[in-house]
Amino acid sequence: MSNSNDTYFIPEPSRWPIVGTLALFVAFIGGGMVLNGYIGSGQYVLALGILAIIYLFYGWFKDVIDESIAGKYNEQVDISFRWGMAWFIFSEVMFFAAFFGALFYTRVLSIPWLGLEESVSNQFLWPDFQAVWPLLTTPDMTIAGLESKYIAIKEVIPAWDIPAWNTAILLTSGATVTFAHWALKKGNRSALCWWLAATVLLGIIFVYLQVAEYGHAYHELDLTLKSGVYGSTFFMLTGFHGFHVTMGATMLAVILVRSMLGHFSEHNHFAFEAVAWYWHFVDVVWLGLFVFVYWV
Amino acid sequence: MSEAVIHDDHHDHKPSGIGRWLFSTNHKDIGTMYLVFALIMFFVGGAMSMVIRAELFQPGIQYVDPQFYNSMVTVHALVMIFGALMPAGVGLANWMVPLMIGAPDMALPRMNNMSFWILPFAFTLLLSTFFMQGGAPAGGWTMYPPLVLQLGDGFPYLVFAVHFLGISSIMGAINIIATVFNMRAPGMTFMRLPLFVWAWIITAFLLIAAMPVLAGGVTMLLTDKYFGTAFFDAAGGGDPVMFQHIFWFFGHPEVYILVLPSFGVISQIIPTFSRKPLFGYTSMVYATASIAFLSFFVWAHHMFTVGMPLTGELFFMYATMSIAVPTGVKIFNWMATMWRGSMTFETPMLFAIGVLFMFSIGGFSGLMMGITPVDFQYHDTYFIVAHFHYVIVPGIIFGIIGGIYFWLPKWTGNMYDEKLGKLHFWISTISVNVLFFPMHFIGLAGMPRRIPDYSVQFADWNSIISIGGFVFGASQLILVWVVIKCVRGGEKATDQVWEGAHGLEWTLPSPPPFHTFTTPPKVTDATAHS
Ligand code: HEM
Ligand SMILES: [Cu+2]
Repeated sequence: MSNSNDTYFIPEPSRWPIVGTLALFVAFIGGGMVLNGYIGSGQYVLALGILAIIYLFYGWFKDVIDESIAGKYNEQVDISFRWGMAWFIFSEVMFFAAFFGALFYTRVLSIPWLGLEESVSNQFLWPDFQAVWPLLTTPDMTIAGLESKYIAIKEVIPAWDIPAWNTAILLTSGATVTFAHWALKKGNRSALCWWLAATVLLGIIFVYLQVAEYGHAYHELDLTLKSGVYGSTFFMLTGFHGFHVTMGATMLAVILVRSMLGHFSEHNHFAFEAVAWYWHFVDVVWLGLFVFVYWV
Repeated sequence: MSEAVIHDDHHDHKPSGIGRWLFSTNHKDIGTMYLVFALIMFFVGGAMSMVIRAELFQPGIQYVDPQFYNSMVTVHALVMIFGALMPAGVGLANWMVPLMIGAPDMALPRMNNMSFWILPFAFTLLLSTFFMQGGAPAGGWTMYPPLVLQLGDGFPYLVFAVHFLGISSIMGAINIIATVFNMRAPGMTFMRLPLFVWAWIITAFLLIAAMPVLAGGVTMLLTDKYFGTAFFDAAGGGDPVMFQHIFWFFGHPEVYILVLPSFGVISQIIPTFSRKPLFGYTSMVYATASIAFLSFFVWAHHMFTVGMPLTGELFFMYATMSIAVPTGVKIFNWMATMWRGSMTFETPMLFAIGVLFMFSIGGFSGLMMGITPVDFQYHDTYFIVAHFHYVIVPGIIFGIIGGIYFWLPKWTGNMYDEKLGKLHFWISTISVNVLFFPMHFIGLAGMPRRIPDYSVQFADWNSIISIGGFVFGASQLILVWVVIKCVRGGEKATDQVWEGAHGLEWTLPSPPPFHTFTTPPKVTDATAHS
């Protein structure tokens, strides 16, 4: 607890916060330029911003790692980091909650309402609309002769195919990262590295399969981001999740490299734990996706 | 050496030059930057409201075209909420939370600096939209689709500014949680925390739960506009009303994110100038926590007229009403604190009592609007504008200003000019009521909000309202003057500053040294706040 410390660690002034702010600022400017159609110049600004963000993470974490290795951190700093990481993950949960909320709202409420015979939209706009899920045909497709803004879906991805494999892969990776943690706590470094490598590999396989699934969806099933609300929720949820898996796998890879360099001790390895927490969070989100996006 | 080993008094020198501010890891400096930034944005947003009131001074279109008028209404709100109120609250927290809990600094000082520095850059993004094709956001701060999607080149920057501000708020909130949970001095148990600290932990949890949802919502707006998704397009199976649900799931907790720090401030001020401990400390903590909890279940009271199922209308009506209970607990506790106290009425106390009275006016109109059937009449009229300005201006801004007067002597070491402070209070209080009270009348009579022109029957009240607005705006310059004067000199403040002040922050010198509590103080019942 806090009370056990009689000295505190306060970092010296640091340039990373302002570098980080500038990096994000440049990335946002570039992103806005690209979206507004100034792609020629915007892409470079965006790329510069993203590189700066990567540089930021490298530099900031390097400082923290150096301080940690130099033994400047006490238990209190460790606990502060833990609180920070835990609530950061909670904020991520709430971010996903917005998209899950959109999924539930459309499935459970708004699409059935569009199909109600007594609803105004049904009477005056889309009398032939069928409220079903998965929604292959959007309301505006039901009007003969009108060109829809959206693309009709031929078929959706069945749950008990790639998604089921991916579930198995992520669950396994949750186990392997735990084995790595046990190995670390026993001081068995080679086992630590091997289990971590296995976890990273499983993460990469997951992302690879997800990309393959997207290719299949786009090319054979006409399931795209532009396929009405089914495609919107499908790709935004799985897309943000896939992005998080990529981030998580990258972080695990960094931890793997650090483990090979001999960082971390049996008792002092918060970075490892933070990444493991993150990995479990990504895992749990996937279970939600598997059940509500693919399965039921 | 990259570490300030505390215990070492040589380390109290401050870094010099611009680097002191750009690279700061000091909660006091960062707090100061937050407060100064908030004050600047208060005047930027205030200037916009002056444009609005000038245009509404008379019926007809006088000074600005309707599109620009709508931009003023929209950006005024965004600037005030995200640029003035929230940063001011975080600034107070930065300064006071470590001092109040006996911590040397915030738990994560570098992240603290980033939380601040994001703000000027985020507002550069937002305000630059004025110079873009299609102008600044004009669809209202609530950003409802499909209207907001008609914005031109400014649209991505609106969304990114919200993302950016969200990152800042979440980092700030995480920092406060880590600080309070992990950095309390020995003996500073939770139930000994000053209520300002309690108010801020609860606010921090609200921020972490609500801001990411807004980020998700505006991301969906972005993909709807540029990537062909159909979240808010019924033709694609989505629903524009869904955005309102997402927005208000954030939006209602957001109003408590704004108001709880102000409640926290007046919970410090009222006992001090009543020379009595706060009445009902424990019930205050639980009431604040219940308000925060309930605030996640009332969001659809902003949407009573969108055509929800009856069960929804009823649920959100009763849930909304129920928030009045813990709010009432707080109001009565503050009154009971004053009861038979030996009260004096220095400027901070005046502002705190102002909050008590005028926040309650806003609370009552809120209760009226919370009744579903009658809200059908009030919705989207000036009655709403009256309600939220009562809770925000004399409810929140007065609380923050009261806090500034209260702690200014501690921060600067000098007493502020009491005469000017009182003048500021009285002119503000009179003008704020001239400004916002008649809005109830024209609202009930049917004047819609967010429209630059109006029927002649509303002309008289609108002129009066505008005059109130101009006076209120001008009188805020007094605050600036008081602050500048106080920073530059004045009667020296004692450590305790106020006769009735208790708590760790008042045991420190005024102004406190650059690093404080480098060794943790011991807190006992006698030295704790309440
Ligand atoms: C007793 C507590 C409160 C109740 C019952 C309440 C109720 C309501 C209701 C029902 C509305 C929607 C009215 C409509 O649009 O038809 C509303 C709007 C609003 N309230 Fe409150 N409110 C309360 C406290 C607060 C507080 C403390 C704040 C701010 C700190 C606040 C800020 C707002 C804002 C900003 C709006 C308008 C949002 C907009 O449409 O732009 N309210 N309130
Ligand atoms: Cu509300």
